[in-house]
Amino acid sequence: MALDSKAEATLALNRFGLGPRTGSITAIASDPRGALIAELDRQSAGRIQNPELMSSGVATRAAFAFQQAQRELRRNAKSAPKESQESKDAAKDVAKDAAAPAGPSPGAAKAPEPKLDPKSNAGISPQQIYLDEAKARLTTALDAEIGFVERLAWFWSNHFCVSADKFGVRPIAGAFEREAIRTNVLGRFVDMLRAVETHPAMLLYLDNARSIGPTSQAGKNRGRGLNENLAREILELHTLGVRTVYTQDDVTAFAKVITGWSIVPLAQDPERGGEFIFNPRMHEPGTQTIIGEAYADAGFDQGRRVLADLARHPATAQHVAHKLAKHFVADDPALALVERLAKRFRDTEGDLKEVAKALVASPEAWATPRGKLRRPTEWIVASLRATGVNVTDVRPVMQAQNLLGEPLWRPPAPNGFADDDATWLDGLSQRLDVANQMATRIAAAADPNAVFEEALAPIASAETKRTVARAESRTQALALLLMAPEFQRR
Amino acid sequence: MTTNLHAPTRRHLLLASGTLFAWAHLPKVALAEGRDPRLLVIVLRGALDGLAAVAPVGDPDWIALRGEKALTLADKTPGLALDAMFALNPAMPNLHRLYQAGAATIVHAAATPYRERSHFDGQDVLESGLARPGAVSTGWLNRALAALEPAGSANPARSNTRNAFAVGPIAPLVVRGSAPVLSWTPPRLPPASDDTAMRLLDLYRHADPALARVLEERMGLAEIARGVDDKSRPAAAAQVRAFFTEAAGTAAKFMARPDGPRVGALALDGWDTHANEGALDGRLAALLGALDGAIAAIETNMGDAWRESVVAVITEFGRTARINGTDGTDHGTGTVALLAGGALKGGRVVADWPGLKEANLHEKRDLKATTDLRAVLKGLLRDHLRVDEAALASKVFPESSAVKPVTGLLA
Repeated sequence: MALDSKAEATLALNRFGLGPRTGSITAIASDPRGALIAELDRQSAGRIQNPELMSSGVATRAAFAFQQAQRELRRNAKSAPKESQESKDAAKDVAKDAAAPAGPSPGAAKAPEPKLDPKSNAGISPQQIYLDEAKARLTTALDAEIGFVERLAWFWSNHFCVSADKFGVRPIAGAFEREAIRTNVLGRFVDMLRAVETHPAMLLYLDNARSIGPTSQAGKNRGRGLNENLAREILELHTLGVRTVYTQDDVTAFAKVITGWSIVPLAQDPERGGEFIFNPRMHEPGTQTIIGEAYADAGFDQGRRVLADLARHPATAQHVAHKLAKHFVADDPALALVERLAKRFRDTEGDLKEVAKALVASPEAWATPRGKLRRPTEWIVASLRATGVNVTDVRPVMQAQNLLGEPLWRPPAPNGFADDDATWLDGLSQRLDVANQMATRIAAAADPNAVFEEALAPIASAETKRTVARAESRTQALALLLMAPEFQRR
Repeated sequence: MTTNLHAPTRRHLLLASGTLFAWAHLPKVALAEGRDPRLLVIVLRGALDGLAAVAPVGDPDWIALRGEKALTLADKTPGLALDAMFALNPAMPNLHRLYQAGAATIVHAAATPYRERSHFDGQDVLESGLARPGAVSTGWLNRALAALEPAGSANPARSNTRNAFAVGPIAPLVVRGSAPVLSWTPPRLPPASDDTAMRLLDLYRHADPALARVLEERMGLAEIARGVDDKSRPAAAAQVRAFFTEAAGTAAKFMARPDGPRVGALALDGWDTHANEGALDGRLAALLGALDGAIAAIETNMGDAWRESVVAVITEFGRTARINGTDGTDHGTGTVALLAGGALKGGRVVADWPGLKEANLHEKRDLKATTDLRAVLKGLLRDHLRVDEAALASKVFPESSAVKPVTGLLA
């Protein structure tokens, strides 16, 4: 089915981007493909320019200082509980905060936490850092012209996910995405891979920070040892893919290779605490063989070489190509599309910008019927963009993400949030409630007829048009518009 | 939820609304007369079927028009007699009690000047007070406040502010404008109504069967779709009732305070009953019952201030006189306005009854509007709040000098 230019522009905005804002469809209608490519070519595409955000090292130290100060307060208040338990409680509190309803709750009004100098003794709470990062990410998504690069950043962030619920990760989950994912989102896969696997957030999330080579100096001294978690997930999730070419022996050998990839202890070094360190005392000495390739011990470089080879492996190209096609186009993407992306990945040695361009150039990416349900965050952001709401408080948006099962940087497992319709269809009735709430809050500011024209008209069915027009109120019209099949599927 | 129902404080207002609380002002002229009037406007969005709320049981053409769906005095759930001509829907015993006590007035066959049938435009005309739809950003109630001379404030620092009070996440158009508006939002918004879900389900069935299946399963909508009424979903009806009661009751609680706002508005949705209207034992009966509960909550929570209160319940237009092919009614014209409050000279139905013979119906389909709703509202604003009549004719309801205020509504 040939699409007219406005319908094609709408498809481009929905399938590759974050949905139309007022004027978007008209702006790109003359050349939707060209507009997508132009977004990739923009300078510093994918970066979040916000000088207020902290690097992961600074954030970790600020959060640590905050927790120390809190501990001090409590200790002064009365008898101090055991420290380790306290840390766990703090982590739990933080997790609870994220799920708690936003806005003031009567009777339990908490003063907002003041923004403090991260270097001051009082520090900054992990939750505040998390909220600031969430706000910056949302703002970037709402401001994006099309949102193709944002969608790519989100895709890779989910591919290489960490969880803010893991102890220590909350204050640096946002920094992780900015430092490891976004800086490389249009660069080379191997660079992203190396940035991710050496980032403190990942080393904490998948336990490598405490993995010790059994015959390393530290291993011999302390009698503690190997943790295979990160090595396994790199092979299974990040690069080759599950049930491909590696064995348990490869996992163990690889785990030994990356022993010593750790984090500067906070209590030890107030200047660099929380940052990445290669600790030779924890590193397992000796040559390791992985997928038939022997890697001589070269300290940190031993692991970097393994990552380079994994990035170059055809199984990785296949794995990544399939995931990309599945995310952007269809749950069961055309083989030709996957093959084209995999080939481009191989031919360019994992140049992610070239792979993204190949996606835009693929006929299947345009001809495949609109079928995929928008993921919850995609849908929330698309709704905000379509209605032009000015978001001042990020918390209600995060609550909606929680309610719909996609809490920000808090995936249920290292394989990230699912990317298929079956998973997200379940939450359809919750979406209706969220749509209703959004509509109730914005009905004064958004005219459903205008939103319909600017965001939906080129692809709307006669039934959808009629349903929106016949709603009993503007609020209901907006809710129905946001729930229309053409707004749910892309 | 209960936290906010207990003695809402100004602090809560501040916290919940994010707007500055300012001292309420009292209408100076009314105050000089030794009165301290309250006015709460309730907008029913979706178009209330006035004939189902207040049935003309004495009209010889009534039964023929609605058949077994007609409310009569002889049903197994008989209507509550108001006078020789009219009976109130039995879902509204509180309003009936107030009527008998002289604290409620029914205005029938009333409508705004709007004669088309779009909800959005109809609501704009209803709330803006303009004679026709168009770009509007202010409501008649707010402009009425702006026209009132304020009495001295208890807090001189804020002496140039006046307050209206809107319940709901966003202020209804009727109270928007230059006079500052406080807002209070119920801690929990109502879930999407069954009506919204049904409309969506209908769309999905035509356009996306896979989504329709999921929605049906998840929401238990199949029963509603088959026409089983709200009784089978007591939880849904109870939720609506709880929301109406909380919204209206809390508004009254604020307005009853000596330093509280004197004029407020809230909007209640869900009245667009195209299918399975259920005026006697279904959806509309449940909605009317919820509205009746809201009125009772206002009466209770106003306390002593109830004596000086008027609640005006209005809607954008009425519905077709006849039942349509899906046991509901479509967009119409004339409908009712319900007034309640201790300040009224009530116990009467105000109506210039047009009759129900086909020739008497507007475009042979709707109850004709013989009373301009603006005349009723002007009567209330003039006699209750003492808004200047010239301002009413020009600023509050522009181009309405020919529409004379109804006299004698107040005690």
